[in-house]
Amino acid sequence: MNQRRVELTLTVNGQRHEVAVEPRKTLADTLREDCGLTGTHLGCEHGVCGACTVLVDDEPVRSCLMFAVQCGGQAIRTVEGLADGERLHPIQQAFWEHHGLQCGFCTPGFLMLATSVLESRPDIGDEELREVLASNLCRCTGYQNIITSVHAARDQMRS
Amino acid sequence: MIGESVLRLEDQPLLRGEGRFVADINLPHQLHMRIVRSQVAHGTIESIDAAEALAVPGVAAVWTGADVAAIPPIDFRQVGADQMVPYRQPILAQDRVRYVGEPVAAVFAVDPYVAEDGAEAVVVEVSGLAPLLDAAGPLGDFDGRLDTEAYVFTEKTGDVDGAFGRAEHVLEADFSVGRHTGVPLECRGAVAVHHRSTGTLEFLGAAKVPFQNRDALARMLGLPPSGVVLREAHVGGGFGVRGELYPEDVLVALAALRLGRPVKWIEDRQEHLVAANHSRDQRYRLRVATDASGVVEGLEVEFVSDQGAYVRTHGATVATLAAAMLPGPYRIPNYRVTGRVRLSNKTPAGTYRAPGRYESTFVRERALDAVAAALGIDRAEIRRRNLIGSEEMPFERGVDALGTPVVYDSGQYEMMLDRVMAHIDYRALTDSLAERRANGELVGLGLGFFVEKSGLGPFAGSRIEVDPAGRVTVTTGEASVGQGFETVMAQICAETLAVDLDKVSVVHGQTDQMSYGMGAFASRATVMAGTATHAASVALRRRAIEVAAEMLEASPDDLELVDGAVRVVGSPTQAVSLGAIASSLGPASPHVQDRPGLVTEEWYTTSHMNYPYGLHAGVVALDPDTGSVGIERYVIAYDIGRAINPMLVEGQIVGGAAQGFGGALFEDFSYDEIGQPLVTTFMDYLMPTAAEMPELEILLSEDAPSPLNPLGVKGAGEGGTNACGAVIASAVDDALGRPGAVCSLPLTPERLHTLCRSGGAASRV
Repeated sequence: MNQRRVELTLTVNGQRHEVAVEPRKTLADTLREDCGLTGTHLGCEHGVCGACTVLVDDEPVRSCLMFAVQCGGQAIRTVEGLADGERLHPIQQAFWEHHGLQCGFCTPGFLMLATSVLESRPDIGDEELREVLASNLCRCTGYQNIITSVHAARDQMRS
Repeated sequence: MIGESVLRLEDQPLLRGEGRFVADINLPHQLHMRIVRSQVAHGTIESIDAAEALAVPGVAAVWTGADVAAIPPIDFRQVGADQMVPYRQPILAQDRVRYVGEPVAAVFAVDPYVAEDGAEAVVVEVSGLAPLLDAAGPLGDFDGRLDTEAYVFTEKTGDVDGAFGRAEHVLEADFSVGRHTGVPLECRGAVAVHHRSTGTLEFLGAAKVPFQNRDALARMLGLPPSGVVLREAHVGGGFGVRGELYPEDVLVALAALRLGRPVKWIEDRQEHLVAANHSRDQRYRLRVATDASGVVEGLEVEFVSDQGAYVRTHGATVATLAAAMLPGPYRIPNYRVTGRVRLSNKTPAGTYRAPGRYESTFVRERALDAVAAALGIDRAEIRRRNLIGSEEMPFERGVDALGTPVVYDSGQYEMMLDRVMAHIDYRALTDSLAERRANGELVGLGLGFFVEKSGLGPFAGSRIEVDPAGRVTVTTGEASVGQGFETVMAQICAETLAVDLDKVSVVHGQTDQMSYGMGAFASRATVMAGTATHAASVALRRRAIEVAAEMLEASPDDLELVDGAVRVVGSPTQAVSLGAIASSLGPASPHVQDRPGLVTEEWYTTSHMNYPYGLHAGVVALDPDTGSVGIERYVIAYDIGRAINPMLVEGQIVGGAAQGFGGALFEDFSYDEIGQPLVTTFMDYLMPTAAEMPELEILLSEDAPSPLNPLGVKGAGEGGTNACGAVIASAVDDALGRPGAVCSLPLTPERLHTLCRSGGAASRV
């Protein structure tokens, strides 16, 4: 039932957002509705599909399973923060060049998951990378081009 | 540019998080709808008490069946029949509930969280009736008058009884395919607003078939079609399921009219898994008559399609496609099939990628394997003996599908078989698998040949307009479900107009931008809209040269279109750009003929589909302890006629295969004995992840262009999915050394484990 709203400050992609949300409001809904960042998508709202993956203090989290009130003071990164103006992030560029997306709905989650793993483990091997990417669901691509894209991004980011 | 794997025009906003999916659309002062769904599989509604829900602060309205009793049930969009009319679904349950998940009430509130609070407070009393959960079993009662068999049909060609009378061998077999469906990553949703200023009802978040849904909504709400505008946004996957007109869509539109505020509805995943169309779920009985060499002379089939609780927009589409396409690439001169569309107390069913064909390819290829085993013939050889020869094209099957006779337009089936045999080195592969089996491994090879259908008519239109800046806009009434529609249309247009791809914009799925449209289904978009766009581009090029000839005072024969400008051959400085030509065609211009502007519109009509085809070959390794099936290797050969963008075609095939594997091994909507769905989350509905997918090998060919359109293109959407079930089953049989062991899908770990332990052949052949 209706709850009292809590005021908090979220730092998303380096920008501060003053929001007032019910304690039950998820981080995903807050990003989308209160911060206007609709790039984070909701595919299942029970933590399986990973479409809502964002980085909280550089760790990938399912933003459908976190409440916004848990995230005050932490650095949140979303898909909107990847590109540098007109220039795509190497991971975005690789997804474009290797046809790593079709409908694009799961893509923000995969991009954030891949960003986190390639930043923390730039030398990750193919097999482990496949395991990591198996955390998220895609229904269009059959994953082959997602894996190819992330391999390409890994090689690009290392060089 | 046609034939090149150019990068997609669609991707930039999607990669940047700037896509505009329906959930991203918000309108001022909007209400949010939440559906109260039946928690009982079958029963009579005794009462619905909304008082407590209405008392929740922020709840604006609660509707039950009584509030919408005047709205007719949702009609068929395709393959309807009078007998099925009583089985259509009302937008809210009236007296009875017939499946868990059926909408019984709608709550409208200022916030989606509050709408859920309200929905939880609605009290629905249902007195239970016995649920019917086995559609192939005895018929049940639908409404006190009608039984649960909604539709029966028979198709036949040749002399089936004669063929069985002459047959050297007769085989009988039963097969079944389980219940699974598309499950796009984006759930359904809609936003509707009634603009009193213009009297227009605007419906945002349409997909797949916006024009047909506009007409249906207008009919149901008593509005003129011109007073209803549907708009497609980004669509997060379609697969046949998304974009059909569902009860929730009608409720959103009706609420926007009645409540005088914009209304938004976004489905959650749990709802999606019990409310959006399920698919497959067919049970077959076959008799196959062959001569001594394994040539199939006669085939008799009877099958039941479990339609779930209501007949939805697809009518009998899935069953008729299963029946018409079952004989596949084989000659089979004498064929009789009876299909039964029967209701049960499960979620209603509709089409899903390769509808009817995933099932009937499984059945046909299983039957061929069974004949091969019974007669001691190699599995590749028996297929070769039955394939329709290229000299027999066009081949009339003698049955109809979707209101048109099935006539295979072109095909080089044996050439494809040869290519795949060479690619996998069939002999060496089967020998090495036999050796591994001799060493105790459970490994095997499966083959699955199929014919697909694509390019369903009867029409598609395309309008191309150049603005004074030289920007080209292609407008069609067709739709995008995320497959790359914009890129493909732009490639076809840009090639003909000799402009850069990024000079072309593509508009689709907006019902106020085109007078007619159909949509994105039946692998039709590239074939139909592509052909129309090609024709419109050719007409525009002709018109541009005509006007440029007047402007340059030159003969059209001396002009060429290069880099977005018409110029005199051999004198490139004498040129006029497409933008300048467009500028010169204002309404008062002397260059204007029948209409101002540099614009053309062409319509492509056809009464026939065309027929791509393919062959899958897969190697599996079984783990008898865990019951898992590992796919070691998977090859898909597919003839597309002509590929506009091979990268996108391969993307369709690989993605389709993942869904095919899911249906073969993991995805299964099961129910308990009282009709409670056991699969309502992604913890239960298991779709393939990156860990389960093998590296696919795609052999794309263009051996058999379609003679039915000038580009020669056929559809790409469904060939990756079609034969996966058949091939996995065949490979598991081979691994177990027990032909006919697998008679039903999905082959979940539990079922494979049982099969491994059961030892002897489970074949009913």
